[in-house]
Amino acid sequence: MSQKQHVTLTVNGVKRSLEVEPRQLLVHALRDDLGLTGTHVGCDTSQCGACTVLLNGEAVKSCTTLTVQADGAEVTTVEGLGDMNDLHPVQEGFWEKHGLQCGFCTPGVMMTAVGLLKHNPNPTEEEIREGLEGVICRCTGYQNIVRAVQYAAQKTSQQGTAVEVAAAGSGSEE
Amino acid sequence: MISSTFEYERVSTVAEAIERLQAAGGEAKLLAGGHSLLPMMKLRLASPGKLIDISAVQELHGIVREPDGLVVGALTTHAHVASSPMVREYLPALAQAASKVGDLQVRNRGTLGGNLSHADMASDLPAVALAYEAEVYVVTMDGEETLQAEEFFLGPLLTAMPENSVMRSVKFRTPPSGSKSVYEKVPHPASGYAVVGIAAVVAVNEDNVVTHARIGITGAADVAYRARGVEDALIGKAFTEEAIQSAAVYASDDGMIAGDLYASEAYRRQLCKVHTARALRKLLAQ
Ligand SMILES: Cc1cc2nc3c(=O)[nH]c(=O)nc-3n(C[C@H](O)[C@H](O)[C@H](O)COP(=O)(O)OP(=O)(O)OC[C@H]3O[C@@H](n4cnc5c(N)ncnc54)[C@H](O)[C@@H]3O)c2cc1C
Ligand code: FES
Ligand code: FES
Repeated sequence: MSQKQHVTLTVNGVKRSLEVEPRQLLVHALRDDLGLTGTHVGCDTSQCGACTVLLNGEAVKSCTTLTVQADGAEVTTVEGLGDMNDLHPVQEGFWEKHGLQCGFCTPGVMMTAVGLLKHNPNPTEEEIREGLEGVICRCTGYQNIVRAVQYAAQKTSQQGTAVEVAAAGSGSEE
Repeated sequence: MISSTFEYERVSTVAEAIERLQAAGGEAKLLAGGHSLLPMMKLRLASPGKLIDISAVQELHGIVREPDGLVVGALTTHAHVASSPMVREYLPALAQAASKVGDLQVRNRGTLGGNLSHADMASDLPAVALAYEAEVYVVTMDGEETLQAEEFFLGPLLTAMPENSVMRSVKFRTPPSGSKSVYEKVPHPASGYAVVGIAAVVAVNEDNVVTHARIGITGAADVAYRARGVEDALIGKAFTEEAIQSAAVYASDDGMIAGDLYASEAYRRQLCKVHTARALRKLLAQ
């Protein structure tokens, strides 16, 4: 049997300590141990993107990341994006452009969109579609998702603020 | 799904990683980005007793320019490779291939070293390693070893890396000056992996005669291969549409092509020919 290991994560800006089995997936730490059920699990094959969160500021699939791999890291989930009184531009985009139907994929799509806009604040439609390759939506046909991301990009450039959220880490450097 | 149980340890040096691999006697696996290994473990197609996480090993990160090429650290992510100004300038086919790996989230976690070590027959980067005549630097129990890309990939999920070794970095050789290069991919519609992926590097002299041609093909055969038949047919000829058409017919000659669930043998051979021609045509137009 593998021993439980001590892990410290900063989730949505709050430091959390956990005792976890090495095989625990980050998505289960978030959902089951921390009660952050906005992050979803939609597949077993790392393809649907419903589990996408930001790890040190970059969009990753939390079903394909071990909690122990994230030890010491900053994690942002959809709960950390914004709330009803203060929507993140991406959330506002989904609201305004009707970017969801059942909503199952939405948290993952929004986190992926945040990761995309961080590196490419003014994406073309094609770049948005390519950037969202790693998320699957079974309802919308993606049209309104693309419009929602376009809205967020426009809104952000008007405001002159970065789409990054509080916990976003530094980019890669050479 | 959850994998079977295993022990986990994070190491901070290559020496430590090798020591732990040795101590585990074949039970342990290195963990880089985890984007090939963890999906297999979740489906219980792999159940190593121990994972040695090398992601914090500083000496395996980063890209360094040398006179004859770029040395890319094994832990460099696909996203980093794809956006690196140096890679885009000197090794455009590598930047293009890295930008076409999986999706945005996969590229943020998956690493160059993990991709080449895993040696999936449908991985993108092996084709590029072949076309840029890469050298793979490996640290073994007995010291350092250099493997040429062409002797590195042995079969599906099989490489020439010795047991208990760590890939440190890969030098992609910058092709002769005036060369052009491109990566052309037919992604599988569901998985996104390459049904066929072609990395092509061509240089011509002032008379438009091909002086250098390197073609790496992935996805089509049991392992990525150099299409030497195409290279030989191009070198010494004027680089024209006619030359491309007559060279591309050799595209599947150097690989062990077989049919499977995704594509028949005949279809794969056809894809190799058509997409080698398309890759070369892109270079002609550049
Ligand atoms: C949804 C999805 C889509 C994908 N699509 C594509 C695609 O289109 N094209 C493509 O090419 N790939 C694709 N991949 C695979 C992706 O590129 C992987 O990230 C990569 O193949 C493995 O890199 P990793 O760092 O994640 O390695 P890991 O999974 O950590 O390791 C893979 C193997 O390599 C070994 N290893 C890792 N690093 C080293 C090292 N430095 N020295 C020695 N051994 C090492 C490990 O022990 C393990 O056996 C996809 C993956 C997913 C999940
Ligand atoms: S749950 Fe489907 S990609 Fe993570
Ligand atoms: S809104 Fe239902 S899956 Fe996307």
